[in-house]
Amino acid sequence: MQLTKRAAAVDRSPMTLGERIYIPAIAKGLKITLGHIFKKKATVSYPEEKRPFSPVFRGLHVLNRDEQGRENCTACGLCALACPAEAITMEAAERKKGEEHLYREEKYAAKYEINMLRCIFCGNCEEACPKDAIYMSETVMPSNYTRDYFIYKKQDMLITDEQLAKRNATGKG
Amino acid sequence: MLLLSIDWIFFIEKIALILVIILSSFGVAAYATWGERKVAAIMQDRIGPARAGLFGLLQPLADGGKLFFKEEIIPDHSTKTLFILGPALFMVTALMTSAIIPWGPDFTLTIGGTVHSVALQVADINIGILYIFGVVSLGVYGIMLGGWSSNNKFSLLSAIRSASQSISYELAMGLSLIAVLMVTQTLSLKTIVEQQHGFWADGYFTWNFFKQPVAFLIFLVCSFAELNRAPFDMPECESELNMGYHQEYSSMKLGLYLFAEYINMFISSAVLATVFFGGYNFPGMDAVRDAMPGGLFSIICVTVLMVKVVGFILFFMFIRWTLPRFRYDQLLNLGWKGLIPLALINLVITGGVILFFFNK
Repeated sequence: MQLTKRAAAVDRSPMTLGERIYIPAIAKGLKITLGHIFKKKATVSYPEEKRPFSPVFRGLHVLNRDEQGRENCTACGLCALACPAEAITMEAAERKKGEEHLYREEKYAAKYEINMLRCIFCGNCEEACPKDAIYMSETVMPSNYTRDYFIYKKQDMLITDEQLAKRNATGKG
Repeated sequence: MLLLSIDWIFFIEKIALILVIILSSFGVAAYATWGERKVAAIMQDRIGPARAGLFGLLQPLADGGKLFFKEEIIPDHSTKTLFILGPALFMVTALMTSAIIPWGPDFTLTIGGTVHSVALQVADINIGILYIFGVVSLGVYGIMLGGWSSNNKFSLLSAIRSASQSISYELAMGLSLIAVLMVTQTLSLKTIVEQQHGFWADGYFTWNFFKQPVAFLIFLVCSFAELNRAPFDMPECESELNMGYHQEYSSMKLGLYLFAEYINMFISSAVLATVFFGGYNFPGMDAVRDAMPGGLFSIICVTVLMVKVVGFILFFMFIRWTLPRFRYDQLLNLGWKGLIPLALINLVITGGVILFFFNK
């Protein structure tokens, strides 16, 4: 029975004299390795040289703020619901008077935690968010010795004032 | 300067020469480890060690330092004296061969009208090649003692393999050299090199490679086997014997084994260059000798020999990263059924040619 057309019969005939004295085969091998001297090296010298991330790369989470620096998140819980790994926990709170410059809407997340050891970086939270509040950046998660480190608090993920200023200046990022 | 009937100048001269040779062997061996990694990397489209210093040139120092700081373990059930003796013996035998290699023509220096002449060879003994064979066959004791005294089955198996491999290939090696000796009519390496003076004389190439190409080929293959290098690195084939004879070794004892292998490679490259590729001779050397002072000429000759040696070392590495390891039975078949008959035939033909064409 023939399954594919690529099958080739194994040649089991005894070796000829040319094959038995090895030297032609060795010369052929040396030619191949010699050719590799001039090939392009595949090495990327990592910390100095970085390969660009793919446009669809999903890295560490970022909590977004609008142009005036107000948090987008309204603690609706859709991201936590969408999360297959149940890595997201949050507690909602009501915006007080005088906090309008901090939170965009009346309800905000007082506590927002992602357990990065549970997170599978699927990006469902990003998809689920109706307020554009959570994004996945192009940052690889750093390593650490303690488990506590990997429970990221809101302050760990919120984009910083510098990032905000840069985004406002360039219109992207 | 004759004190207690010892020629002290001669004594100091030789000690200095020995020191220089041993230190430069260490240097070459250290950079051979770096070179090996670079060659391997290049063959595999990588860049190799590049972090320690420029082009990773400080890598050998880093490796050596690392080995010094590793924990030294001597297994409980090992034979302790032999366990310690093994790597030392391997290193000593690796260095001993360098004594008879003529590194260059006599180094002449004129100080205040008197001409001082220093031989760039530790000992010109008239049984040079026999001495090489003696020392090379001692080399297997380092592996045997190390493998046996570790009290580990893998080490023992590997040591046995190494011994049988060395014995098998020493025969072919010796037979191939006898054909060379029939041409040179001497065992002294100094005379052998002097016979290969220049490159072309009286309508013949002077280098022994052109007179005995088959012997060269056999000798080359055998030196791969003697060095325990790929494709004949049976004693330490990782996939079968974990690490081979130095499995139980750690720290600098392991370092000594690994390092001695590179020194062996350096010395056997020097022997190959000396016996077959004219040693320090190079084409047009007479013109160069007349044009400059004797001391400088010696240095040029030493450089030429070093270039040849480095070429051979690169070739050894090149082969290692090209060929897969031979199976053990293939190895012994090649030695006993391939190389020994070939060496014998070469011997007979050489004898016949000398008898019928050069019999004066």
